[in-house]
Amino acid sequence: MNAGVTYRRIAATALVLAGLAFLALGAGRYPLPFRDVVAALWHHGDEAAAGGAAQAIVWGLRLPRVLIAMLTGAALAAAGAAYQHLFRNPLVAPDTLGVSSGAALGAIIAILLGAGSVGVALAAFAGGIVAVAAVLAIASRLSAHDPLVTLILTGIVIASLLGAGLSLLKYVADPYNELPTITFWLMGSLASASGRQLALLAPLVAVGLATLFTLAWRIDLLALPDDQSRSLGLPATRLRLVVIGAATLVTAASVAVGGIIGWVGLVVPHMARLVVGPSFPRLLPQAAVLGAGFVLIVDTAARSVAPIEIPPGILTAIVGTPVFIALLARARNVF
Amino acid sequence: MATVPLLEARELAVGFAARRIVEGITFALAPGESLAVLGGNGAGKSTLLRTLLGLLVPLGGSVVTAGVGIAALRLSERARRLAYVPQHDGVSFGFRVLDVVLMARCAQLPWLGPPRAADRDIARDALARLRIAELAERSVTELSGGERQLVLIARALAQAAPVLILDEPTSSLDFGNRARVLHEIDRLRAEGKSIVVSTHEPDLALAHADRALLLRDGRPLALDRVERALTAANIERLYGLPVTRIAIDARRSVFVPVQSL
Repeated sequence: MNAGVTYRRIAATALVLAGLAFLALGAGRYPLPFRDVVAALWHHGDEAAAGGAAQAIVWGLRLPRVLIAMLTGAALAAAGAAYQHLFRNPLVAPDTLGVSSGAALGAIIAILLGAGSVGVALAAFAGGIVAVAAVLAIASRLSAHDPLVTLILTGIVIASLLGAGLSLLKYVADPYNELPTITFWLMGSLASASGRQLALLAPLVAVGLATLFTLAWRIDLLALPDDQSRSLGLPATRLRLVVIGAATLVTAASVAVGGIIGWVGLVVPHMARLVVGPSFPRLLPQAAVLGAGFVLIVDTAARSVAPIEIPPGILTAIVGTPVFIALLARARNVF
Repeated sequence: MATVPLLEARELAVGFAARRIVEGITFALAPGESLAVLGGNGAGKSTLLRTLLGLLVPLGGSVVTAGVGIAALRLSERARRLAYVPQHDGVSFGFRVLDVVLMARCAQLPWLGPPRAADRDIARDALARLRIAELAERSVTELSGGERQLVLIARALAQAAPVLILDEPTSSLDFGNRARVLHEIDRLRAEGKSIVVSTHEPDLALAHADRALLLRDGRPLALDRVERALTAANIERLYGLPVTRIAIDARRSVFVPVQSL
């Protein structure tokens, strides 16, 4: 597949994404016709010009939510693609090193301490970062034949330990007030999306994605065995830490505002690989665009199709499972 | 005036912290010279090659390239001097052949910069030199073992390093691909590359290398010009079975076991 074709494909999906984002601004329990959305976007802050309700809905509720959905999806898919490359393993996801479990534990502790939504988000972010840092610190002290397998195993073990802590906290939580809050947080939701959350999320995702884009060509070399990448002149160990740092940053930020939205980081990189091939400079933008679209569609459906919101974590699994099985059936030469 | 050797081993001892595998290796390769490394399974061939590349730290002695100790060089500087052709590519994703060869340019690029058009030309040239230009847009995972080996050699060529280190480049190849790969190695030697190649085939070493290093019991059993090192007596001691050498013509001969075991 030549580069021109792949970049046209990425551009085409990005255009479709922009169209979907526009449609999503009109969709919801209170549907807005196309021209009201345009008017509300155009006349921002001009109270007299258009219906105040449309402006409030578009600017106050839907625009932050649509942007957060897209940023979250782009972040999770990009992080998943990076992890699959550097672990040379198509089965790893952004939470392989324990970022989601750490974030969940941080969020639950904050909920039990009575923190507000920003406090919970900050605690989740910190928990995710601390968990991955702990996994890296432990794995680097274990000398092993295969450092990558050691890293993955350490991540799995630490994640299960954090999961035990999580179960303990759920067990002791007040079953009428705290436990439902905890359960809903764990299922993931963008219902509390706000401009403030967007302001927290956007810069972190921007920094993480910019790092991955800058290193994209070199991340391809990380998919080679270390002997080869080092003999080609790449400081593989150091680069791997930087990539893990960037992927963890964007994942922890996404989980902090949206809770645990599974599947995106595992499945979307595979979809992207089928469209543009495995080369990371092309895979990264394609995964980011498809991930943004995937979470946007799932979240728009979550808040539109039923009278109560369906947690997106449930919908991603319902959509993701058949998609993933279909991909596995088709994708013989991708792995 | 003597030329500076492109690759030297000085009283080199290789292995891992817990286990010394081979010691007492000293040689110097001038431009256009090649060294074949022979030894039974586990004799330390791959460990030696990885130490020469700077991927393993020597347990004793040193590796010197063009007069500079390799320990003092950054990874990118090593990559500009030594190129490695591993036994298998170990590529887990279906990268395009051209992208795999382009990876060789990593050490030549400015900090964080992507490859440029000139690098792409160099990668395409390397494929053309090995007569596999038509594979450029294919996925490596679709190729045969022989084609993948040629891609790895093309990648080492695109690295533009004066020293090539090949780990059993013909071990998994069919008869035709084996001959093709050996022919390419001969051409590279004729162009002035210094080559170290490990192999399980004494005949191949005899026909395609200048010198041979025979490893047994943690020491060099012989390190000499091929016609002196690769005697029937040495091959017998190396592999522990009686062999006889049969001349095919003035330049080529083969070793065969004396009787079926």
